[in-house]
Amino acid sequence: MEFAELIKTPRVDNVVLHRPFYPAVEGTLCLTGHHLILSSRQDNTEELWLLHSNIDAIDKRFVGSLGTIIIKCKDFRIIQLDIPGMEECLNIASSIEALSTLDSITLMYPFFYRPMFEVIEDGWHSFLPEQEFELYSSATSEWRLSYVNKEFAVCPSYPPIVIVPKSIDDEALRKVATFRHGGRFPVLSYYHQKNGMVIMRSGQPLTGTNGRRCKEDEKLINATLRVGKRGYVIDTRSLNVAQQARAKGGGFEQEAHYPQWRRIHKSIERYHILQESLIKLVEACNDQTHNMDRWLSKLEASNWLTHIKEILTTACLAAQCIDREGASVLIHGTEGTDSTLQVTSLAQIILEPRSRTIRGFEALIEREWLQAGHPFQQRCAQSAYCNTKQKWEAPVFLLFLDCVWQILRQFPCSFEFNENFLIMLFEHAYASQFGTFLGNSESERCKLKLQQKTMSLWSWVNQPSELSKYTNPLFEANNLVIWPSVAPQSLPLWEGIFLRWNRCSKYLDEAYEEMVNIIEYNKELQAKVNILRRQLAELETEDGMQESP
Amino acid sequence: MEHIRTPKVENVRLVDRVSPKKAALGTLYLTATHVIFVENSPDTRKETWILHSQISTIEKQATTATGCPLLIRCKNFQIIQLIIPQERDCHDVYISLIRLARPVKYEELYCFSFNPMLDKEEREQGWVLINLSEEYKRMGLPNNYWQLSDVNREYRVCDSYPTELYVPKSATAHIIVGSSKFRSRRRFPVLSYYYKDNHASICRSSQPLSGFSARCLEDEQMLQAIRKANPGSDFVYVVDTRPKLNAMANRAAGKGYENEDNYSNIKFQFIGIENIHVMRNSLQKMLEVCELKSPSMSDFLWGLENSGWLRHIKAIMDAGIFIAKAVSEEGASVLVHCSDGWDRTAQVCSVASLLLDPHYRTLKGFMVLIEKDWISFGHKFNHRYGNLDGDPKEISPVIDQFIECVWQLMEQFPCAFEFNERFLIHIQHHIYSCQFGNFLCNSQKERRELKIQERTYSLWAYLWKNRTDYLNPLFRADHSQTQGTLHLPTTPCNFMYKFWSGMYNRFEKGMQPRQSVTDYLMAVKEETQQLEEELQDLEERLEKIQKVQLNCTKVKSKQSEPSKHSGFSASDNSIANTPQDYSGNMKSFPSRSPSQGDEDSALILTQDNLKSSDPDLSANSDQESGVEDLSCRSPSGGEHAPSEDSGKDRDSDEAVFLTA
Repeated sequence: MEFAELIKTPRVDNVVLHRPFYPAVEGTLCLTGHHLILSSRQDNTEELWLLHSNIDAIDKRFVGSLGTIIIKCKDFRIIQLDIPGMEECLNIASSIEALSTLDSITLMYPFFYRPMFEVIEDGWHSFLPEQEFELYSSATSEWRLSYVNKEFAVCPSYPPIVIVPKSIDDEALRKVATFRHGGRFPVLSYYHQKNGMVIMRSGQPLTGTNGRRCKEDEKLINATLRVGKRGYVIDTRSLNVAQQARAKGGGFEQEAHYPQWRRIHKSIERYHILQESLIKLVEACNDQTHNMDRWLSKLEASNWLTHIKEILTTACLAAQCIDREGASVLIHGTEGTDSTLQVTSLAQIILEPRSRTIRGFEALIEREWLQAGHPFQQRCAQSAYCNTKQKWEAPVFLLFLDCVWQILRQFPCSFEFNENFLIMLFEHAYASQFGTFLGNSESERCKLKLQQKTMSLWSWVNQPSELSKYTNPLFEANNLVIWPSVAPQSLPLWEGIFLRWNRCSKYLDEAYEEMVNIIEYNKELQAKVNILRRQLAELETEDGMQESP
Repeated sequence: MEHIRTPKVENVRLVDRVSPKKAALGTLYLTATHVIFVENSPDTRKETWILHSQISTIEKQATTATGCPLLIRCKNFQIIQLIIPQERDCHDVYISLIRLARPVKYEELYCFSFNPMLDKEEREQGWVLINLSEEYKRMGLPNNYWQLSDVNREYRVCDSYPTELYVPKSATAHIIVGSSKFRSRRRFPVLSYYYKDNHASICRSSQPLSGFSARCLEDEQMLQAIRKANPGSDFVYVVDTRPKLNAMANRAAGKGYENEDNYSNIKFQFIGIENIHVMRNSLQKMLEVCELKSPSMSDFLWGLENSGWLRHIKAIMDAGIFIAKAVSEEGASVLVHCSDGWDRTAQVCSVASLLLDPHYRTLKGFMVLIEKDWISFGHKFNHRYGNLDGDPKEISPVIDQFIECVWQLMEQFPCAFEFNERFLIHIQHHIYSCQFGNFLCNSQKERRELKIQERTYSLWAYLWKNRTDYLNPLFRADHSQTQGTLHLPTTPCNFMYKFWSGMYNRFEKGMQPRQSVTDYLMAVKEETQQLEEELQDLEERLEKIQKVQLNCTKVKSKQSEPSKHSGFSASDNSIANTPQDYSGNMKSFPSRSPSQGDEDSALILTQDNLKSSDPDLSANSDQESGVEDLSCRSPSGGEHAPSEDSGKDRDSDEAVFLTA
């Protein structure tokens, strides 16, 4: 098969692996079509299994005939392999380079991965749009499922099924689609059961410079308003950027045509600005030489936390409109596939207790990221070590996960999942044996037949044995809206992801374990006490019966 | 009382720092010890108490149409902004507070009027809770190498040292006195910590009066005696915690540092910790950043960096780590000094001891550590923390930095400390509060003269009595993290040191995590304990019944209701459920609801809310302060306004957003 051609040297002995905080390991290095494996061939010593697709960049250097390959991974880990023999080293390096940059999706590992576990619940069917809609349909009859995009003809980046106002027919939707960027007509993102307010999302309206309008569009979004109520359009671009977009045929909702809507502009960055931010941040985290002050200024210069603050603030604003102002919200940026989704999904974390549970969060990712057409394939093709300038990479999803972590840190008892769950999702978005994050949209995933040919991440994660790793022992269902603080003092660096490989986490891991133990022991006792109470009660009633004739 | 120009001002507004448009209307009282603001709102009658000794600065700002604003900054980082309707009242309050916040006699301080209703015996017991003689015994002293010296009885040699001092056995009184004459303020080298495992010790002193060439035989003998007291090592480290340049400058004034050529077998080392003036300015700069109204992330990070605060924290930690390594790994004794040996030396010795000895990471051990390295060795609490009116240039956050170092370590080693963050915060608070006598004066000698122990109460007894509030649920005496020396990574990890918002922004409750893992776990542990007891009880009863049944007797056992365990929750959802100000540049989107305001400046502490709300700091104050006309020992202070759908949340301010 094809891989064999790329693997010039499949095996090298006496390779030494260096990782921070671990002793060096000597062993045999093997390359397979999808993995780089280092085995010490001793019992109970660790082996390294690294997906080629997790490799972001490699460096090589030579001292005499000893070659060294430095592998920089998409999860920010950096490892070093010392390989004896210049030729072997060169061969290995070029194989890794080739295997980690395969063009064809169908050559990716998910298409070859055979699960070693029994699939109890097929994750591909865990979160069907119809089921999700049922949750709403008991509360409201103002919305309906539309199959207008069945063949992906109306909007290539939308799923086949979307939720739209009941009063708007498919014909109108087709018209609206022509007025919205990428055909992304406004659809329901979230229904706030408490007061019936909604979050909708879309692409930008294609008003252009001459202020084009679309009656159906106006009718559609007005259909979501209650009588006498006003709504908010949150544009995730600054007014300036939105105005410039008109020159390229884009634009924003003019007050004159949408009198019931107030427009708010926020400024969430996109694309290369975010990618550069990530590159700078990871560089700062990996630099161990600078003094205290340089660390802070590099952290500042990366702007990562500025992005976090901006995204969270916008999400809070949206949530506030819904919950406090009692007003519905339409959110879009340009395409409606990046900053829009960050805001809609974070607003739901704030507003909706269900999205803070494990299944609810999975459903949220399925709905607001995968189905909503976030182009994972493009955005996650490269990570912090990429040095080639490519236009489409951006850590949009990672920023979202970071924001969730920030809320989790502020409300440590309100989430059913823990930090590890977020880290796991980050890893799988960038490199995975599962097909979940492949492709850029539902239509691409359909064409790739991912459901038939690959395994869903959820099938694996939702096994009880896996779930236990990701369950937050502190969780106590909290049915309230949670309002995070967005003050800079409240938004620290997410060490669990950015300093993960640069610090010794032993003591923190021990603390987590201790926490689990405290809670487990309590539950154990609770169970024991309950059993004894019941026994005692039974014995006593027996007693009583014996007593009374 | 003669300094109070006006005891009561009505219709004063207390401004919410986060959303300035919100202000609570109420009455301001000035008492001999406190500033008290009582809200008019009949539901809450919320009280805010500020001790005069906590007041750092008072600023009268330009009068506006609404009144005359008065800004009070406190040493525990609380900021109070009042608007007083009449300029004349404002001026009276201002003048009164200026005087009240700067007492000139110790007798004016709160601890002399504070009465926690303990009898004489209890008070005396409180003062012996922390016993330094016991502590030296615990270290394994006296022994073959170290002895208790009475050379400083009646403070004859050094008036800023305690009377009870440990010195090397071979250091005769002649050597000690000779050495003391060659050291600033006669602070000769004495033992601070003895490391039983390998006989190495940490000693402390002030700088030698070496000038450019002076030497002193007795001082050299003193260092040699220290070296000999550690048979495991053939040298002594001498650590000068100052930047080299500062130490060199001191030589011109006849002071300076040890010349390696004159002292046999010493290894001399500079560790550049800046002086008290640099530290004071650094804190000032950092607090300005904390005070910024809706700063951007860049404002904050830049400001934090420019303050240099975390760099100074790191320098102190680095010095402590160096000494702990020298002692535990190299087995070498260390003599630490700075200029006078009561600021940086105290910081560094106590950080090193904390790293070396798990005892100091327990509640009691930590009190002992502060008692030993700070209180007994003459850290000038009065000057540094401005308890009495004095030279503002003497004020510096020296012990604050040490307390922060401990917090930074707690973040790294979450299971290693028996106490929690709240313990540190309360100690910091009371260093400034002057509610207890422990931190009064500049030396043991002054405290004895003032008869502190007979006239005031001990903080340690108070903290010990309430120790359950201060426990770290993750601490287990048998946990591996608890044992031995704490090892910090050798590679320079600057990201290890983080901004401590729990301290410097602690009155901005909205900025803190809204659910406390510590409190949650403590509640779980408490319940676990009850369950353990119940389990035992149930087992016994079951056994009894089974026995009885076997005997076929019909004795009905008497039952008590099994205790009910309600769910625990450390998370106060009413706090959780309050939006912040997300408007940023949109000025017209105020969003804090009143229910949050209730939480913000919780320094009101009536008995009712001691447990329920934020840890009490100025507890009992309403009973002792002699405020007659306060009819409002608010029982509601600790209650949180019911959250979610409370009508209050939909207040008019938010509507502004719509019309803006």
